[in-house]
Amino acid sequence: MLQSIILAVLGGALIGLSASFLLLSLGRIAGISGIVGGLLTPSSGEVAWRAAFVGGLLVGGLALMLALPQSISAPASRGLSSVALAGLFVGVGVRMGSGCTSGHGVCGLSRLSIRSLVATLTFMATGFATATGIQIFAGGVL
Amino acid sequence: MKSSTAAFLSGTLFAIGLGVSGMTDANKVIGFLNAAGSWDPSLAFVMVGAIGAHLGTFKWVTCRDNPLCEDAFSIPTRTNIDKRLVFGAGLFGVGWGLGGFCPGPGIVSCITGSGAAVTFVGTLLLGMFLYQVLNAALSKRLTGGGLGS
Repeated sequence: MLQSIILAVLGGALIGLSASFLLLSLGRIAGISGIVGGLLTPSSGEVAWRAAFVGGLLVGGLALMLALPQSISAPASRGLSSVALAGLFVGVGVRMGSGCTSGHGVCGLSRLSIRSLVATLTFMATGFATATGIQIFAGGVL
Repeated sequence: MKSSTAAFLSGTLFAIGLGVSGMTDANKVIGFLNAAGSWDPSLAFVMVGAIGAHLGTFKWVTCRDNPLCEDAFSIPTRTNIDKRLVFGAGLFGVGWGLGGFCPGPGIVSCITGSGAAVTFVGTLLLGMFLYQVLNAALSKRLTGGGLGS
């Protein structure tokens, strides 16, 4: 558990530094859903940097696959139909709520935004309620 | 440095941070969100590290007149707390607890070709696209259809 906590803090710090680097270089907030959302309904001058960021995410994923293969794993207790529905909920939810774990949780809270605090508390609460509910009512598998 | 080079490096570092922290392990995420099982609280510390690092550098970065590769900072200025924010965040959380993925880790995990990650990202993009298109159509109608001023 201690090792897990140390890695969480360390990995979190890398995420925070990545967000700071994006802010320093491009003046942009490292909110994943906002960056990806801007690619789906593109406007001029807004495509290249967003595509490059997503490309970086995939290359980072490749590095993880090679160096830390156990760090990426698919949910063993969820079927494909649950995951498909989950994607739809997350997709609509993050655009309606203007952000996800990174935009509200990391960047917004670091800016001391009350709006992001409300969003973060809300998605943490419903996230806990959903996973805990699946444990209680469906034995943890869905 | 070019904007796209900086964005690429930032994305790469972001993904490595997600992997090191445990966020790309969907089973660990579900173990964190499930308070009725053998609860694993370690992922709460991802926020501690991320906010610590970003909060510490945010003021220093925004002291500058402009960012290195662009003319101006684009930082959200909205402060209103409305139904859309709360309902959207709530729906996102339900999906997060249901699938074990939030957007960043889902996209990063796609590189393994895992059926779950690819399916998640497919419907994630569909959901985002549908919302954006419907929302744009609706606001156009509200502002251009004689209802607005």
